[in-house]
Amino acid sequence: MSESRSPIINRRGFVAAGAAGAVALGMGGSIGRARAAQPVKVGLLLPLSGSLAREGQSCKRGAEVTPALLADLGMPVQLMIADTETNIDTARTRAEKLIADGAQVLIGAFESAQTLAVAQVCEQRGVPLVINIAAAPNITEQGFKTVFRNFPTAPRLVGEGLSLMKDLFKASGVTPSKAVFMHNNDTFGSAMAGAVGKIFPTLDMPFAIAETISYDGAARDLAVEVGKAKATGADLLILVAHGEDSIKVIREMVKQRFEPKAIVSPGSPGMYEVQFYKTLGKYADYSMTNLPWINPKSKMSQALLAAFAKAYPDALFEMNVGYTFEAILIAADAAKRAGSPEPKALLEVLPATNITDHVMIGGAITFDAKGQNNNTRSATIQNFGGKPLVVLPAEAAEAKPVFPVPGWQQRG
Amino acid sequence: MSVDLVNQIITGLLTGLVYSLLALGLSVIFGVVRVVNFAHGEMTALAMYGAWALSTYLDLDPLVGMPVVVVVMFAAGYLLQRGLVDSFVGKPEHMQFILMVSLAIIMVNSSLLGFGPDAHGIQVSYGFDTYEVGPLLIDKVRLLAAGASLAISLMLMAFFRLTLMGKAIRACADNLVGAKVIGLDVKRLYAVTFGIGTACVGAAGALLSMLIDVMPPTGPELTLLAFIIVIVGGLGSMTGALLGGMLIGVSEVLAGYFLMPSMKSMFSFAILILVLVLRPQGLLGAKR
Repeated sequence: MSESRSPIINRRGFVAAGAAGAVALGMGGSIGRARAAQPVKVGLLLPLSGSLAREGQSCKRGAEVTPALLADLGMPVQLMIADTETNIDTARTRAEKLIADGAQVLIGAFESAQTLAVAQVCEQRGVPLVINIAAAPNITEQGFKTVFRNFPTAPRLVGEGLSLMKDLFKASGVTPSKAVFMHNNDTFGSAMAGAVGKIFPTLDMPFAIAETISYDGAARDLAVEVGKAKATGADLLILVAHGEDSIKVIREMVKQRFEPKAIVSPGSPGMYEVQFYKTLGKYADYSMTNLPWINPKSKMSQALLAAFAKAYPDALFEMNVGYTFEAILIAADAAKRAGSPEPKALLEVLPATNITDHVMIGGAITFDAKGQNNNTRSATIQNFGGKPLVVLPAEAAEAKPVFPVPGWQQRG
Repeated sequence: MSVDLVNQIITGLLTGLVYSLLALGLSVIFGVVRVVNFAHGEMTALAMYGAWALSTYLDLDPLVGMPVVVVVMFAAGYLLQRGLVDSFVGKPEHMQFILMVSLAIIMVNSSLLGFGPDAHGIQVSYGFDTYEVGPLLIDKVRLLAAGASLAISLMLMAFFRLTLMGKAIRACADNLVGAKVIGLDVKRLYAVTFGIGTACVGAAGALLSMLIDVMPPTGPELTLLAFIIVIVGGLGSMTGALLGGMLIGVSEVLAGYFLMPSMKSMFSFAILILVLVLRPQGLLGAKR
């Protein structure tokens, strides 16, 4: 099963697009000269094994197609990839090792707790950390001078995720009366739950949350959790899960015939991943996720898609790929502007990052005083035939949203 | 009692029965050979991979492929006992511990090398089916797995009570010196027992593969689960393992339902501590 869309732009086109974008943001001079710059050594920390291995491998795939694309823009990159094993202590020691081995900038680490551990190492060693994916707000609230995050914080993810739900109800003319909120109790899930608790009352949402159910993502099965959710009588399930547990939740929902009007994630991975589609088949369809997504209209994302589809014809081109690409792009752009890949030089120019041509939906990549990019934007993607398609916002939509969704027994 | 709660208790009971078979293997091995198999869960994970491979490459339903897994695991257990574990029987416990933990680590890393870090799950055609009994919904996969588990457990008990070899194995467990005096081939019987224990693991692994996905970290989790069950039920007691499995299965459900789902595992540990304090030999274990 191929989840990738057809290539639209080749690498030559990518150079042209990248150069145009670079000129627009004032870094064009260096790209125009395209001299043989010294490659920046990027230490990439990802959970390549353990419970988040699937997501980590997805990020890795995105990273592996990036150097060739950036080299065409005169931004050479040398990748040094390390496995955090989905373990905080391992993430910390691997970060130390990468720096000892000569990494000039670290990128990672997909999950918040591991990222925080890596951030502490980077701060101590004076090496920049560009976060590809990690949403816990405290990462950029601790006064770190070496941390730059091109990913929304959990409150921002949730705020946009909930707002998009209102757009969905408006577009479909149907509003649920009661929701049940289920979330993984790991660092990410807890941060998201905290954000929902805080933001939900401020958004004047048209439904109430009947119950919040926190669960252990590593639990062998989630039968009792789903049973408890069903018992609330909710007609909307808000789900914050990772790949494995989202499959467990849906599997149990089918078995227990829990059929809410929709299953919507306010910004978590899981329901748009290849394994989700492969395992659940028709039951994967119509699930919705509100999250930052790849801009299908960006030329740079089209080039990335072409390279990705060529390298991994059976893998899904999704958010993990896009954000990992952008994190490396940020590091390479900084090295180019600094004229040196040394950590100190990178740290001097990273705060002034301003990349307008990139792959994710949203404004230019810039960082505030805390190292946070506040220009990210979310979209609603819904699964159709084993593929995630953008259904909201309307201007980026590839399909119309289906809400309420068909019952389990009414599918093919 | 609400219908939802009854549904959940049935689910816990059915899942617990599969856990029981897993723990039964551990209990049998310890009860006779007096070696605590710290690689028990890892062996189960390997059996799950085996069931997955049979399902993926030969399109065999786990219930159909289970006999193959059981035979392979019996042979592996028999050879492991004869080739390696036997020389550690009667040795200090810390030596046995290091041997079995080393084996466990090798198994986890071998599965990581062989199957990668991703979860491997089996999709059977009836994977999403449920039986409707009045207002109750009973998961077909769980019911089949629990039924098979119960049948295998009863057959195993019958084997130990009714067959000559079963009685000989029990003789080794009850009075080793006496067994040797009457001329029983203890080494062979130990190997058969270890093989039976790993065969239980094979059966439990094949059945569990229908319920949960397998990945390298699954092994250590299952080892811990098996230990909780046999300690609660009584180490060395087969009926204790059955009771312990069902008790843990149902208690996890009740804890999740009435307290918080994320406290499910903690509740199992709480029961373990309670049993260790109030009845250290386990619910059905004999005082030593």
